[in-house]
Amino acid sequence: MATQTVPIPQRKASDRRVMLKEARRNAWAYAFISPFYLLYAVFGMFPLLYGVWLSFHEWDGISPMEWIGLENYAKLLVDDIWWYSVYNTIWLFFAATVPQIIIALLLAFIINSTYIKGKDIFRAAYFAPIVASSVAVALVFTYLFGERYGLLNSIIGAVGIEPIDWLGSRNWLKPSIALVTVWQWTGYTMIIFLAGLQSINQELYEAAKVDGAQTRDIFWSITMPLMRPVILFQVILSIIGAMQTFDIPVMLAGGTQSSAPGGTDRSGLVAMINLYWTAFKYTEFGYAAAMAFLLFILIIAFSYLYNRWQGQNPTD
Amino acid sequence: MASTTQGGFAARRAARSGGRDQLMGPVGMALLYTVLIGGALLTAFPFYYMLVTATHRSTTILRLPPPLWFGDALVQNYNELLANLPFWNSLFNSFAIAAIHTILVLFFCSLGGYGFAKFRFPGRNGLFAFLLATLMVPGAIGLIPSFIIMRNLGWMDSWNPLIIPGIANAFGIFWMRQYIEQAIPNDLMDAARIDGAHEFRIYWNIIVPVIVPALAALAILTFIGKWNDFFFPLLILKDEAKYTLPVALSTLRSLRGTEIGVQILGAAGAIMPILIVFIVASRQFMSGLTAGAVKGG
Repeated sequence: MATQTVPIPQRKASDRRVMLKEARRNAWAYAFISPFYLLYAVFGMFPLLYGVWLSFHEWDGISPMEWIGLENYAKLLVDDIWWYSVYNTIWLFFAATVPQIIIALLLAFIINSTYIKGKDIFRAAYFAPIVASSVAVALVFTYLFGERYGLLNSIIGAVGIEPIDWLGSRNWLKPSIALVTVWQWTGYTMIIFLAGLQSINQELYEAAKVDGAQTRDIFWSITMPLMRPVILFQVILSIIGAMQTFDIPVMLAGGTQSSAPGGTDRSGLVAMINLYWTAFKYTEFGYAAAMAFLLFILIIAFSYLYNRWQGQNPTD
Repeated sequence: MASTTQGGFAARRAARSGGRDQLMGPVGMALLYTVLIGGALLTAFPFYYMLVTATHRSTTILRLPPPLWFGDALVQNYNELLANLPFWNSLFNSFAIAAIHTILVLFFCSLGGYGFAKFRFPGRNGLFAFLLATLMVPGAIGLIPSFIIMRNLGWMDSWNPLIIPGIANAFGIFWMRQYIEQAIPNDLMDAARIDGAHEFRIYWNIIVPVIVPALAALAILTFIGKWNDFFFPLLILKDEAKYTLPVALSTLRSLRGTEIGVQILGAAGAIMPILIVFIVASRQFMSGLTAGAVKGG
């Protein structure tokens, strides 16, 4: 060391100083992002793994846990009520998501056109339902859907249709839940699509017009292909959300203290209502944990299938 | 694919071609407005119906045709609501929980977003990919274990489980990162570093004042989400005095014979405060949201 010439140690020292400075800066960065990872470890990751472990046990929440291996899953596979609740959930996903996406796209296209005035007002008006509590919304719709004196039946009665028992009959409970869901979520989906439309380069439209393209061709050849990733992402999010739907179905099907979860003939029994009752009313925590894990597998499977079908990556 | 750099260009184009499209005649325009206005009225109607019904007694609600104009039973319904439900107490709980949660979210998510946006540390990409992946994990699977954890922590009937878990969440960090990355030039931080400011000071004194628009949009989204949160509070809160509004309202549905107008008034009490805030702030909020969604999408 001592025999070396002067400039080299100097450069080394400055190198070290730069490195030290960078290390200190990185330490700050790690500190800034660490709360997420700490909290996720405790309240995200740990419950996830604990839930899987729980699903191999029989447990009422109080007495000691009993290891029963795959018994919960074996029971679940032949549990007709569970599969009916899965069927109801999927039914509601299609009945609520498909109209929602179509209406939202249509509205987004209209509002996005340059010649519509009052865009701000329309955007806010359509978005408003999502700021409202689902529980409160369901309470209001319960009376709109009333069989004898509900407003909806008065309206369809005026055109000569027989009154419908919207919430009390097994055939109409699911459509009613879907209707409220569409009412609450369409505006939100529309805003996402609108944002997607606004990010499309206007030059493309100009160029297409110069080339003499018709509005319809522009729509199918430019707008739709560019909107595909946005729609794909929104559908995946809808799958994740719809498989866990709870607030609106539980309220329209009689509330959280109802003795008949899911309403008449369990026609509104979605997977999360089933899970809630199994865990917190019948205190079969292990069995409910198995339901949760199976639901997780189903969500992944549906997202994957949809993604394959569309042939693109959801993270694009 | 649709990058943000095109945004300014598009805006200029749109401003220039503000005139009416030649393809769209007056009939087409009338049709578009009919669809738009009709849809907006359908969307708004349940809110109106709620306000009307809250001013009636069951005897006038259960009549054909149902009332479509305001009645005179608001005061009576209000008194009965207070007799059935600790309404103001629940409203206060909802507000306090949502407000405290929101403030903490703003702090931790902007801090995390800043960390990811402006530092190049080892493992950054992997950590960020992990953070994004957690967005796709459905919350339902961890629900029962979370409940058990909260019970073991002695947090039943406490605000902690409702406030703490989501304060540094993936969505918020992602949201803030997108904004900070492109809204703040690096020179700004470098200048402060030369002046000897340490990193937290730079975040607090320089970054935070600049990211107020993104913070405002995140605040509204977070507050709304927490205010309306139902499932987890339902599991955690057992004491009526601790109920948040949605939990309190859900008990109304089960009380047979409760006046309809009273129930609807309770629903209106949960919806109106946040709806009014939304309407007042909607212009700024919607533009912030759309901008964020473009960057996010």
